[in-house]
Order: sequence, then structure tokens, then C-alpha cells
Amino acid sequence: MKTNRRIVNLFAILLPLVIFGISIFIGRYPKPLFMPLDTLLNDQLGQQLVLNLRLPRLITAALLGSSLAAAGGVMQMLFRNPLVEPGFLGVTQGAGFGAALSILFLSISPLVIEISAAAFAVLGLLLSYFIARRIRFGGWVLRLVLSGIAVSALFSAGLGILKYLADPTSQLPEIVFWLLGGLWAVTWNDLLFILPAVVIGLVIIFLMRWRLNLLALNDETAFSLGVAVGRERVLLLGASVLVTAAVVSVAGIVGWIGLIIPHIARRIAGANAAAYIPISMSLGAAFAMICDDIARVLTTGEIPLGILTSLLGAGIFLVMMTARSMRISR
Amino acid sequence: MSAAILSVKDLTFTYSGSSSAAVKGVSFNIEPGTVTAILGPNGAGKTTLLHLLLGIQLPLSGSILLDEQPLRSYSRRNLSRLLGLVPQSEYVPFEYSVIEYVTLGRAPYLGPLELPGEADIEIARGALESASISHLENRPIPALSGGELQLVLLARALCQQPRILLLDEPTSHLDLSNRNITLRILDQLRASGTTIIFSTHDPEAAALIADDLVLMRSGQVLDTGDLDSIFTSEKLSRTYGTPVEVIRVEDLRIVKSMETLR
Repeated sequence: MKTNRRIVNLFAILLPLVIFGISIFIGRYPKPLFMPLDTLLNDQLGQQLVLNLRLPRLITAALLGSSLAAAGGVMQMLFRNPLVEPGFLGVTQGAGFGAALSILFLSISPLVIEISAAAFAVLGLLLSYFIARRIRFGGWVLRLVLSGIAVSALFSAGLGILKYLADPTSQLPEIVFWLLGGLWAVTWNDLLFILPAVVIGLVIIFLMRWRLNLLALNDETAFSLGVAVGRERVLLLGASVLVTAAVVSVAGIVGWIGLIIPHIARRIAGANAAAYIPISMSLGAAFAMICDDIARVLTTGEIPLGILTSLLGAGIFLVMMTARSMRISR
Repeated sequence: MSAAILSVKDLTFTYSGSSSAAVKGVSFNIEPGTVTAILGPNGAGKTTLLHLLLGIQLPLSGSILLDEQPLRSYSRRNLSRLLGLVPQSEYVPFEYSVIEYVTLGRAPYLGPLELPGEADIEIARGALESASISHLENRPIPALSGGELQLVLLARALCQQPRILLLDEPTSHLDLSNRNITLRILDQLRASGTTIIFSTHDPEAAALIADDLVLMRSGQVLDTGDLDSIFTSEKLSRTYGTPVEVIRVEDLRIVKSMETLR
């Protein structure tokens, strides 16, 4: 059992690094699929391309996958429901609305879109949270789920209005592409913009991962174990929303990672959050990088990342749900 | 007589939005190393009383002294090292192994960023042994029977190494054999010096193990005292609001309802 765990941990550290190393060479320059090592060493354009486009994009993909997978794992435990995904508290719809609002009325500069999307993502959470506090019936989970659904629907309706108002030749395609999610426009500046929030959030989640088990218990039991339930819950919820809002603001809406990766991680490492949260982070990074590699090379244009993660994620989900024997036991 | 480890005086509590008190003017003392049953019909306020004793709910008025100090003067962390709770049941949404789940009982001794170490896991193994479920160590929780899960919850509370163990209806959905296993474990814990308080609506289970009884009805304590003085037909009839008769067969006390349905 011990050696098994050690092998799993080693695999979790190595997998994203190996995929990162390979992904540097994947793209459509100088020819589709692989860039020869020679090009990277001697071709100046190739070097520029790797340094200025592929590297920030790959690192962002890894952070995106890690963040969504970690936040998904946290939310599933806090809400004691394995079908919750990180954006459901109005965060995803809020970000979409914020991005569209910026495209229509503020600016189409990426930074302004990102700030607007991030701001509305956080606003979505705050609205959900404060409305939940005013609901006068049900437990904590039920109230937040209800208000999250309502807030998401409000933002989604708002987004519909903005799409209706948008200029169909210029603004509407811009909104649609943003909503489909993708990393083609990511630069070092974008990466630096989200890096502090993502690092802080992921470190909090990683360090408090064992406590998550306690927060998934009944309130009475958690309390009797000395847990400051309210405070610790808000801290971990805040950290998850922080990382989700940050990555969604640069990548648009990338679905399914936050739902499916924690499931796979639990299958591999078990239900103990201390064991599966790091695996979830590692698999999330690997999955997002692979999806982004496919997005880059499959066609001459680019397939939006959100479509690929949904396609692959939902496919894996279906296989997992129907083949229960696919268990890698501890 | 030694000083009370837990002393409750004139405790009153009302849930917000409710017009009547769930617990009204309740007073009693608990001696260290004894087993006390809080006995009463459904809705008598037994669970609320346990939550008050744990500090989960704060009383409207009255006082609770733990080791002669007010309960509120303890930090939540210190309290969790003194008092352990075995809830009536628990929904576990994820597939923990039994040992992982029981190790959660080490939380009071771990810092906010600390993971349980080898020593903690050894203590958890000891708790499994005390609850006589060592053979379940690596079993996933969803594969357990109701009786086994109840023992897992007990083991988790033992892993806390509390001085006082509170159990909410520990035998109510157990079959006779599992009930006896649970009561035997409580008996062993008492022998090792743990103070035990449990709520139950089953007078026979209470009579099998309790040293002292607290009779509750409609949020009020009707009577307290040792088993011999309290476990009478008259007092139990009053507690349950229906005529019952206590029949003694050697060491056993059998409670028979005198109301016929036909």
C-alpha cells in the first residue's frame, strides 16, 4: 500500500512535467505537429515563437487545469456533492457576462476584458453568498445551491441581452469566441496578471487539504472535532473562487475539467482529500495541456479549448460511469 | 462523592423562530467515570440537550460547568479534546476507507495545516480495536452495514481520546446483537474511566448499562438519580405519557407497555 502510494505520487509529479516538455515542441511551426529540436536550437523565429507564445500559453494551460481541478475538488467536498463544479456559484456565468459587457461597452483590449470578467465572476460569488445568507430555510448547502442557480440564471439572461444587442459582424463573434474558451491570445502579461491570485489560492488549498475532509462532515460532527466550520469553509471557498475567477478571466469558459478530474483523482488516490487533491492538481494540469496541444495542431485554425475539454471530459465521464470496474485501488 | 465533572444548572434554550423552549430549566450533575442515560420520548429535547453540552448551541440562560469551569471559557479546540460526539447517523458522500475516516478524530490534536502522522494512525488503529472493528480497517464506508457504521462513528470519537463521550441514540437503529456489542463497548470504556452520556428513547437499553438516569419530557427534566431509584413503573409512565410496568427478571429490567392496541 505504501509503495503504491509512492508510485502514484511520483507519477503525479512527473506526468505534468513530461507533458510540458513534449508540449513545447507541439504546434504548427515549422510544420504541423512536431517542431524538430534543430529548429528550437537554431531558428530564431522558432525560438521567439516558443519563448513568447508557447511558453506563456503552456504555463497558463497548466495553471488553468490545476486550478479548475483543485477548485472542483474543494467545492465537491464543501458541498458534500460529487457533481458540483467550480463555477456553479454564479462564477462562470458572471465571468461570461463581465467579458461580454466589456466587449460591448468598455474595450476589446484583452486586459480590460480580463479585469471585467474577473470582477463579475467574484461579484457572482458574492451575490450568491449574500443571497444565501438571506434565505430563511434549509441548511447551508441547500441555500447556497439555490442562490447559485438563481444568480447564474440572472447573469445568463443578462448575457443573452448583451448578445442580442451586440453588433453581429464584429462584437458577437468576439463574445462567442470568448465564451467557447481558449488560450490562443495568452501572453506573458496575461500570465503575470493571474499568477499571484492563482498561486495564493492553490497554496491555501494544498496546505489545508486534510481539513477539507472535516468540512465535508455534518456541521455538528465537524464542530465536535474542534473545527471552526464557518471560518474555514469561507477561506477554502474563497481560495477556490479566486483561482477559478482568475483562470476563467484569461481563458474564457472551459468546462468539465473541474467536474471530471477530481473524480478520476479520487478513483486513483481514494476519498481522502489529503491524498487526492494533489493528484487532482497534477492531472488537471496534464489534461489541460493535452487539450491545448490538440487545439493548436488539429486544424489550421484553432479549435476553442472549451469545446475540446467538454468533448474529452464528457467522453471520459461516460466511460467512467458505465465501467465501474475501472478502479485503480490503493 | 467526587466533584461533578459536568454540572448543568437551570438550562433553557429556544430555537430561533420557535415559540416554545426546546429545553426548559434543566439541571443535573454528572459524576466522573459513570454512564448516564438521558431517557425520554421522541421530541423530549434530548438531542438539543446534547448539542448544548457540546457547545454547538448556546443556551438562552443557565450555566454548564465542565470541571468547574464555565463551558464558554474553553476554546473550541480544547473542548474537542475533552468531549467527543457519536452522532445518531451520518451521511458519508465519499468513499473513505474506515481507517481514513476514523483518523479524522485526530483533528483536535492537529494544527490547521498539519496532516495526521504515523502516531495518529496508530491511535486510530487502537480506537478500531476498542470498538472491536479492527477487521474493517480497509473497508470502504459505503460497503458497511448500519451497525458497522455506528461502530465506526464510535471509533472516530474514541480516536479523539475524550474524557466525556456523548452519544446520540447510539442503539436506536441497531439489531439486538449490535446493540449488545455497543453497550459492551460502553461498559469497557466506563471501566477505563471515561464518562459516558447517551440519549435514548429505549428504557431497556438504558437499564442495561446506565448508572444514572435523567428523565426528560417536553424539554423538562422530570427526575434524575441512580437507576434503582428512578427506574420505576410510575416514573417511566409519567415520562412516556403512557402506562408502563417495569418487570424484573433476575438482573434484567423489562419494560412492558400496559396499553393494548386491540
